Amino acid sequence: MNEPVYLDYNATAPLRPEALAAMTRALEVTGNASSPHAFGRRARRVVEDAREQVAALVGARPQQIVFTAGGTEANNQALRACGRSRVLVSAGEHASVLQATAEAVRIPLRRDGLVSLAKLASLLAAETLPAVVSLQLANNETGVVQPVAEAAALAREFGALVHCDAVQAVGKIPVDFALLAVDLMSLSAHKLGGPQGIGALVVADDAALHPLLRGGGQERGRRAGTENVAAIAGFGAAAAAARETLGYLAARRDAFEAELRALAPSAVIFGAEAQRLPNTTCLALPGLTSERQLMALDLAGVAVSSGSACSSGKVAPSHVLIAMGASADETQAALRISTGWASVATDYARFLEAWRPLTQTVEARTPVFPNGRVTA
Amino acid sequence: MSREPSNGRPGGGIYLDYQATTPTDPRVVEAMLPWFTEQFGNPHSDAHAYGWQAEEAVEKARGEVAASLNADAREIVFTSGATESNNLAIKGAARFRRTHEGRSGVVTLATEHKCVLESARALARDGFEVTILPVRSDGLVDLERLRAALSERTAVVSVMAVNNEIGVIQPLVAIAEQVRAVGAWLHVDAAQAVGKIPLDVGTAGIDLLSLSGHKLYGPKGVGALYVRRRPRVRLEPLFDGGGQERGLRSGTLPTPLCVGLGTACRLALDEMAEEAARLSGLRQVFLETIETKLGPVAINGSLEARVVGNLNLHFPDAPADKVMEAARGLAVSTGSACSSAAIEPSYVLQALGLRDEEAACSLRIGFGRMTTTEEAMQGAELLAAAVVAARAGAAAAE
Repeated sequence: MNEPVYLDYNATAPLRPEALAAMTRALEVTGNASSPHAFGRRARRVVEDAREQVAALVGARPQQIVFTAGGTEANNQALRACGRSRVLVSAGEHASVLQATAEAVRIPLRRDGLVSLAKLASLLAAETLPAVVSLQLANNETGVVQPVAEAAALAREFGALVHCDAVQAVGKIPVDFALLAVDLMSLSAHKLGGPQGIGALVVADDAALHPLLRGGGQERGRRAGTENVAAIAGFGAAAAAARETLGYLAARRDAFEAELRALAPSAVIFGAEAQRLPNTTCLALPGLTSERQLMALDLAGVAVSSGSACSSGKVAPSHVLIAMGASADETQAALRISTGWASVATDYARFLEAWRPLTQTVEARTPVFPNGRVTA
Repeated sequence: MSREPSNGRPGGGIYLDYQATTPTDPRVVEAMLPWFTEQFGNPHSDAHAYGWQAEEAVEKARGEVAASLNADAREIVFTSGATESNNLAIKGAARFRRTHEGRSGVVTLATEHKCVLESARALARDGFEVTILPVRSDGLVDLERLRAALSERTAVVSVMAVNNEIGVIQPLVAIAEQVRAVGAWLHVDAAQAVGKIPLDVGTAGIDLLSLSGHKLYGPKGVGALYVRRRPRVRLEPLFDGGGQERGLRSGTLPTPLCVGLGTACRLALDEMAEEAARLSGLRQVFLETIETKLGPVAINGSLEARVVGNLNLHFPDAPADKVMEAARGLAVSTGSACSSAAIEPSYVLQALGLRDEEAACSLRIGFGRMTTTEEAMQGAELLAAAVVAARAGAAAAE
């Protein structure tokens, strides 16, 4: 059998060797980074070096980085502890943003996946209480890149705070916290080749932020808990490596999508009209369900997904695609292909090879399953 | 598999601060490594083998954590560490019970870890009735005062199994009996206890229990919360999102860290009795060496009801910061690590009734799996000499 092909980087990325090396070294450092003795100071140095590396990747200063257990915690803290009772979020946000505040106002998406700035302006104008706007930099399912800097400028005119979930964007496109001019920005290490279980919230100097986890006062009182030294070291090393390899090959993805369209002219590529991450393709071939494609691709050793990973077991239609106005036929057929730092050119070819037989049945207008469902 | 005795030993000095953190056991690192590299999947990806393998590893680890508490695997929620577990347990239980049952009382002890006290204080600001009980001079709970503080309005009582500074073991069974009598839930911060003393959540009557990886030779950045299923304990989550951990704790689970925690729990359980006997001997050697040099030494907190890997000693007229400065190459501490760059008198020792100057002349010494007899003896000699030097310095300054 062929080597398996991993095309699900937006779910998680394999650990970069630089990150593994840094973590292996850090695991040999005994010490609580908050202990004042020599062991503790060695651990502290590891943490602070990594903080600089993460800050450098996102155009922030080290003091602005607050390490968290990951993107979900960072998003929850940003929205629940920023002191704003009114929350406006785009309809395409990650579940950790959508669920963090039950009464959030949803900003609709346009058909191309972009948030409507005109609609944002009218929603902000209608707010009477201090608000926070949360807008992701890039969508995890479609890769669509939002006009965050423009939205932030708009929000500031109305006195609103801005949080940006940059989890999927960092390491894939250049991200500059200062240029985006947002107040809070969430990061996750494992999406860019760092370890799982570590992330960060980037906090502007003047942003009031309360801790969600209280205790020993670590992270300058913003996030209690013993510093996760090894994972932080891995995050730093992955950030440094990602920074050096940012010149991503969008051309490779565009060539892949051209082949897709040639193979299946009726396929829809979501967000193709908008600026997207150079690693993500979200497509649907109506009539060919996600489940059927996933099964066939898995048999061929090709790992992709139908959307967000999160809590397994449920196959609900994507809220992102629905927000973009996709039909039920389209959402049932959605497939996400995402590449990353260890991907090679032949990975796309392996996908196409496994996918071709599936498309032929659909393109010949022969329903795969008469009722459009897989029962097995 | 045999372990190289020198592997995993902290280098660059004598490390006697095992309550702050422990070295990661090389066997734990070995178990974690494959999950960093070839098997890197997101355990929540349900569409491919990468995800399934990771999920299987996480579930095996969950079983290992559960076994160390005699719990069911379904009762274990992975978190980022004991601070998160404690915040989730106390805030989550109190908020849930106030909303659904009108219970708004929270009771805890003055000697709890900061993250428990800070969680309780945050609840007090939200209108909960928070009672922080004093402890006896030996560090143990006063059961009469506890009984008086409990009522039908009490939502949750939080008591640590083993204190992080003085190592005393609270009488959990007696506490649980009182807590249950008023229908409150008992949360136990067991970060310093798991793997050191036998814990059985069922027979002890514990409803919620927090543990931490890096206090038991596992990795930092991972912990767990035991949440009893029968009868069911319900919590309001701290984070929402993808709905992982049955909705109690959203966020991608870090597979390697979960595997590390599971392995650490299994090793600690397997080796507990043998290790306790060994550490008890080490502590004896350490104390005898110190007392040979300095005469009888005052021990803060009960020595009988204490884990074998801890000492907290009072050296009159020897300021702890000066002792640590003088004891080059020896890592001990004045108490909780946490954020304090400034050395303040320990609130735990103050709660035992020590005056500020007594607390400021006290040191915590922690022994653990990688500590050798030679290190215990050398450490004691270094410490005794440093105490003498600090006393001389203090006398000269007067």
